[in-house]
Amino acid sequence: MSPEIIAQMILATRQTLYMVGVSALLATGFGLPLGVFLATSRTGEIFTSPIVNRLVGAVVNATRSTPFIILVVAIIPFTRLVVGTSIGTSAAIVPLTLAASPFIARIVESAIREVDPGLIEAAQAMGATPLQIVRKVLIPEARPSIVLGLTLSVVSLISYSAMVGAVGGGGLGDFGIRYGYQRFMPDVMLAVVVVLIGLVQFVQSTGDAIAHRLDRRIRHN
Amino acid sequence: MNALWKADLNTSSNPTASAARDIVALEGVRKVYPGRGSAAEVVALDAVDLRVAQGSILGVIGRSGAGKSTLIRLLSGLERPDEGRIAVDGTEFSSLDDRGLRKARRSIGLIFQHFNLLSSRTAFGNVALPLEIAGWSRRDIGARVDGLLELVGLSDKRNRYTAELSGGQKQRVGIARALATDPKVLLSDEATSALDPETTRQILTLLGGIRKQLGLTIILITHEMSVVRAITDDIVVLDDGKIVEAGPTFNIFANPQHSTTRAFVSTVSGTVLPETLQAQLGPVPIVGGRAIIRIVFSGPQAGEPVLSRLTRLLAADINILAGHIDTVAGRPFGTLAVAVPVTHGSVPAAIAALGRLDLSAEVLGYVP
Repeated sequence: MSPEIIAQMILATRQTLYMVGVSALLATGFGLPLGVFLATSRTGEIFTSPIVNRLVGAVVNATRSTPFIILVVAIIPFTRLVVGTSIGTSAAIVPLTLAASPFIARIVESAIREVDPGLIEAAQAMGATPLQIVRKVLIPEARPSIVLGLTLSVVSLISYSAMVGAVGGGGLGDFGIRYGYQRFMPDVMLAVVVVLIGLVQFVQSTGDAIAHRLDRRIRHN
Repeated sequence: MNALWKADLNTSSNPTASAARDIVALEGVRKVYPGRGSAAEVVALDAVDLRVAQGSILGVIGRSGAGKSTLIRLLSGLERPDEGRIAVDGTEFSSLDDRGLRKARRSIGLIFQHFNLLSSRTAFGNVALPLEIAGWSRRDIGARVDGLLELVGLSDKRNRYTAELSGGQKQRVGIARALATDPKVLLSDEATSALDPETTRQILTLLGGIRKQLGLTIILITHEMSVVRAITDDIVVLDDGKIVEAGPTFNIFANPQHSTTRAFVSTVSGTVLPETLQAQLGPVPIVGGRAIIRIVFSGPQAGEPVLSRLTRLLAADINILAGHIDTVAGRPFGTLAVAVPVTHGSVPAAIAALGRLDLSAEVLGYVP
């Protein structure tokens, strides 16, 4: 590989990190409260509102069932409204965030529903408000599962980010298609795959380590 | 209305409690859970009247489904009754809105069978939780929690996470947590049912000590008669959502009236008859057969040669079938099941003779 291509590849890697990093942060910001709401608004839960729960659930499902490449193109007007342009790396963050938020919401929802209902009852008996229960009981108790779920989401985001070349988003996936496939440079393709594998491995093992440290259900010596 | 069984526990056997005021009062409490789908509605509690004197320990016993859990949820303010009044420490629950009820819950501490501790917090953090919820400052919380951990004997486990504690230690954390907001009443929901007998004994000793030290009122909901026998002053028996029997613990053990109470008492008082005999037991005297009599010793007569006297009085051989001596509410208590040959007038004579000896006796039935 020529130094020029290597420089291109470094740029593509930075674009991927930027897109995935920012959209993961934003999607967590949207997905976490959404997931908490989905878990706590079912009948008999602390924020009981079954109708809103069903509506939000339907929207989440609709977003999740749209293929990502379609979502990217379909929301171009919305992207333009938010970022000012529909082309480029920053613009790609909008569909990535939109795709990852409901994914994270569902993961947070299942993590929170796994918390022992006895703990909620204990907190209620102490006179806790629903918001206090969320902050002091549900989220801390579900934190190890939430961290594992977020790790999974980041890995999915890395995969999704390969598709945003369609709107000029750049990144490793786009680089691999343009050089490795269209210009028929198998060594470039191989390099892209190796970098992506390394990236996913790093994300996964970091997430695992954090979740393990947070998990107090197991003994730490 | 089953006014017959109104539980008025002001005649408590606990001398310190008998003069004290009622800390918990329930009047005509009814709770119905709507049926799901085609299922019929469930009357969980009906016409429950209950008064608990300050500083006393009340045991609530009943089979599963008798309404014990519902009673806990009502007393702790987690649910509201459909009918009737509930007052704790002079605060009428029904007069409170949701916010007031949340605050009132702090005057009741709750401990659980499965401890319900947060795995994400240390022993210290778990005890601090109710104080954080009540809005205490960090400094006040530190001092209070350290004092509570000392009270339950866990100062050395302060920074341990719950996964690193044994069952007994977890329940100690649970008790410290329940006491954090300085409640007037401690509600125990089968708190020793998941513990081994030795740990159960330690936890009960701790609860008894705390009651004396803090003047706390304790309500123990349980199906374990050994727990009730060890530390309660009074007992109420729940059956099918109603209070079927109530009174001082010793009296209930010595003279259980309702069939549910008898079944519970017999699990610890040793008057369980051999199975073959139990199967033959009938209500009608059979000439040439034997009458099974249950004798209750409850104090000084334990030293009297009761059986030899009875033998002489009746001029008949008396057979011992089952017996047990124990301590209930701090007093010696024994039961004995004996078989007396049925001849003309022998059974009434035996009962009368036992009565003269100041023993309570009853005929359980007759066998051939």
